[in-house]
Amino acid sequence: MLMDTTDESLARAAAGGDRAAFAALLERHYDRLFRLAFRLTGSRAEAEDLTQDVCAALPAKLASFRGAAKVTTWLWRVMVNAAHDRRRRRTVHAKAAEGWGDWELNRRAGNDEAAARTDWLMAALGRLPDDLRDTLALILDDLTHAEAGEVLGISEGTVSWRVSEAKKRLKRMKEEEQA
Amino acid sequence: MSPPGDDDFDLDALKDAVADATPRPDPAVRAAHLRLAQENFDRLQGSRDPSRLTAEAPNAGAWPGVRRMLNAITTRGRLTATTALVACGLLLTPAGQDLWRPAPGVLGGPQTPELVLQPDPAAPPAPEAQTQTQTHAEADDAADAPVVAMEPSPADEAAPEAAPRGRMPEAEAAEESLADVAPPPPAVAPAPQVMQRVAPPGGAAMTTAPQADGDAVAGLVAPAPEMAPPPRPDTEPFANEAPNPVKITVEEPVSTFSIDVDTASWAIVRNSLTRGQLPPRDAVRVEEMVNYFPYDYPAPDADADTPFRPTVTVFETPWNTDTQLVRIGLQGEMPAVAERPPLNLVFLIDTSGSMEDPSKLPLLKQSFRLMLDNLRPEDEVAIVTYAGSAGLALPATPAGERSTILAALDRLAAGGSTNGQGGLEQAYRVAEEMAAEGEVSRVILATDGDFNVGVSEPGGLTEYVERQRDSGTYLSVLGFGRGNLDDAVMQALAQNGNGTAAYIDTLNEAQKVLVDQLTGALFPIAGDVKVQVEWNPAEVAEYRLIGYETRALRREDFNNDAVDAGELGAGHSVTALYEVTPVGSPARLSDPLRYQPEQVAGAEGELGFLRLRWKAPGEDVSRLMETPIGEAVTAPDTEAAFAAAIAGFGQLLRGSDYLGDWGYDEAIALANANRGEDPFGYRTEAVQLMRLAQSLTR
Repeated sequence: MLMDTTDESLARAAAGGDRAAFAALLERHYDRLFRLAFRLTGSRAEAEDLTQDVCAALPAKLASFRGAAKVTTWLWRVMVNAAHDRRRRRTVHAKAAEGWGDWELNRRAGNDEAAARTDWLMAALGRLPDDLRDTLALILDDLTHAEAGEVLGISEGTVSWRVSEAKKRLKRMKEEEQA
Repeated sequence: MSPPGDDDFDLDALKDAVADATPRPDPAVRAAHLRLAQENFDRLQGSRDPSRLTAEAPNAGAWPGVRRMLNAITTRGRLTATTALVACGLLLTPAGQDLWRPAPGVLGGPQTPELVLQPDPAAPPAPEAQTQTQTHAEADDAADAPVVAMEPSPADEAAPEAAPRGRMPEAEAAEESLADVAPPPPAVAPAPQVMQRVAPPGGAAMTTAPQADGDAVAGLVAPAPEMAPPPRPDTEPFANEAPNPVKITVEEPVSTFSIDVDTASWAIVRNSLTRGQLPPRDAVRVEEMVNYFPYDYPAPDADADTPFRPTVTVFETPWNTDTQLVRIGLQGEMPAVAERPPLNLVFLIDTSGSMEDPSKLPLLKQSFRLMLDNLRPEDEVAIVTYAGSAGLALPATPAGERSTILAALDRLAAGGSTNGQGGLEQAYRVAEEMAAEGEVSRVILATDGDFNVGVSEPGGLTEYVERQRDSGTYLSVLGFGRGNLDDAVMQALAQNGNGTAAYIDTLNEAQKVLVDQLTGALFPIAGDVKVQVEWNPAEVAEYRLIGYETRALRREDFNNDAVDAGELGAGHSVTALYEVTPVGSPARLSDPLRYQPEQVAGAEGELGFLRLRWKAPGEDVSRLMETPIGEAVTAPDTEAAFAAAIAGFGQLLRGSDYLGDWGYDEAIALANANRGEDPFGYRTEAVQLMRLAQSLTR
């Protein structure tokens, strides 16, 4: 029943106070939200905190859902904005960078090549500037450049530029590593 | 690790890598988040799910709600605030408070939510709610403006908007909308939304009040400690610090802490779990959970010159086969009870209005009755009460005069607000009068919450307690009931008063604290007990102290006798657990440094060196005991394994990163297999609680 309903009608019902609709909507998208949070932050702990921020704020934010965008686009935007807030707060509090810096800690045991490759790529991703990494996080989540632009509030062209810039930098890092 | 071999950088490889690295959400965290979202949702609607009501939810206190509401009003600074204040004024009177109580006569039964919903402007079915939503949407460029006005509690919504609606005569629409349901008393109408708040069980900091500066941050409700707004994040502040991190031995070989024999954390955890909620993470202090249980450690030899005996065991960590747990157990001597000096006890009893709850004053009376049976005729008892004003309910009376004491106890009744400081001063005065050479004096404070009236700074209170401690009167704190239990103040007072803080939620717990462990709780055998371990970098690469976050001491504090630390009572045992990673273990989290000397000088065969400092009761100069920690890894005995299981349980509740795949199943199996004799059934209860927690996290 509820599970067959579209995101949009669930969101409208939830904005109108339907708690079951709200629960169903969040249940449906929680995993992807968490996944995105992880890709924006680079650590499980940070991702959990960020997801919690978003979950806590979502009921109030629902009022601002206009139905103009897809619910998912809107959700990703809430997540990306929350990540920005969090980073800004972190700078304000002069807290040592957590998250991406911790990737070393999260490395799984085992020395096989695939794991090493994953580790290298994740570490490299962590060294990208925030805006490039955020853009990549969305693109890697199968959003089109246009959708990512909508989430980030930038043009499709800017997304494309960022993606190619990110690729360029990653390639450079790889070359440096090999040299 | 080698970089990928491809020539061109392809995103697919990155995509695979990222997909590979992205973890699945933790089911427990996921459930907690969904619950939090739902609760915020409900709160925003001004409704709540009646099925989730619990008799003594930790958020039932009326005062904090009012405080939050007042905060909200000042921060918003709307014109309507004045009207809202008129409505609030009614709440602040005792009669107003009574109206809040579940009061079946006034707002009874299942229709309560409807009654409550009607005047709420944000209530879903009401047409104006839709309008409001749209206005919001237009004013606010969807989610672009970072988070807008997350209303953390209905207080913010209800106070400025609902109150004027209910109260102002021209708000005829509101009157009409109330007309088809049974009309609640007008002054009450706006208020239930304010009070009927469902606090997220997940944590204290989740319900932050909005910040005045309008910072976008204020909207997001996050658990990060730095996010907590200055006033009080929730009705029950808990004292805790971030879990101890892994330390690298080469960089920081010395670990120093004070012992902690409190048990309050375990009782709070149990109380939350039996109510069907996971305890707030900050309520979990792992060392207090471990130390809740008596352990069978060898007692000091009769002719030993130390009042306690350390037992150190090294065994494999249950949750990580590549690390070891070092268990340091201290067993205090049990002096012949017959020779104990006479006791002077001053019960300082909070009789404020909030104590009128079966789990508070009545339980307290029963508990003291139990205790009375264990006192000697030559012991003396006095009772000081404090509410609006402090009063002497029972002057110093020999414990032999049971009926006099019981009668005074029975006369106690709850009413009025709380003046902690006034009561405390009087209690100490009484204790001073009772004191005589060779006797032990102690004030036992029983309260359900905070000390609001009088001294507003908890700092002032703790300083006061500290001065009294130096004059020889100690203070223990007993917490009762949930709702506005101020764990942080309890901890601070007991730690500064050289006493213990215990939380009593059942008569069984009263039995444990006030009867079984009475002697230990009241007769210190060693004061300011400090533990310092210097780890040997040749053997231990990394170490981590499990728990004791609130008891950490600086390295130099160890030898500084002016620095206060925990007391060890007669017959008490204290347990501390370190998780250590041996040099060369694959579990090592940090890489060895390249440019630092490879090998550090250190005796082979010793993991570390244990130093203990303590003061004999009444003395000012500490004594030192030193012993090396051998590296021999043994099979854990029952006591060690059970302590490890409890430590694991505590870390699970705190959401520790160090446990890997080890979860409730393993914790339960380990605890169950190591219950030992368990004469009082404490360990059996622990296993039941673990199972409860497991089902709650599913």
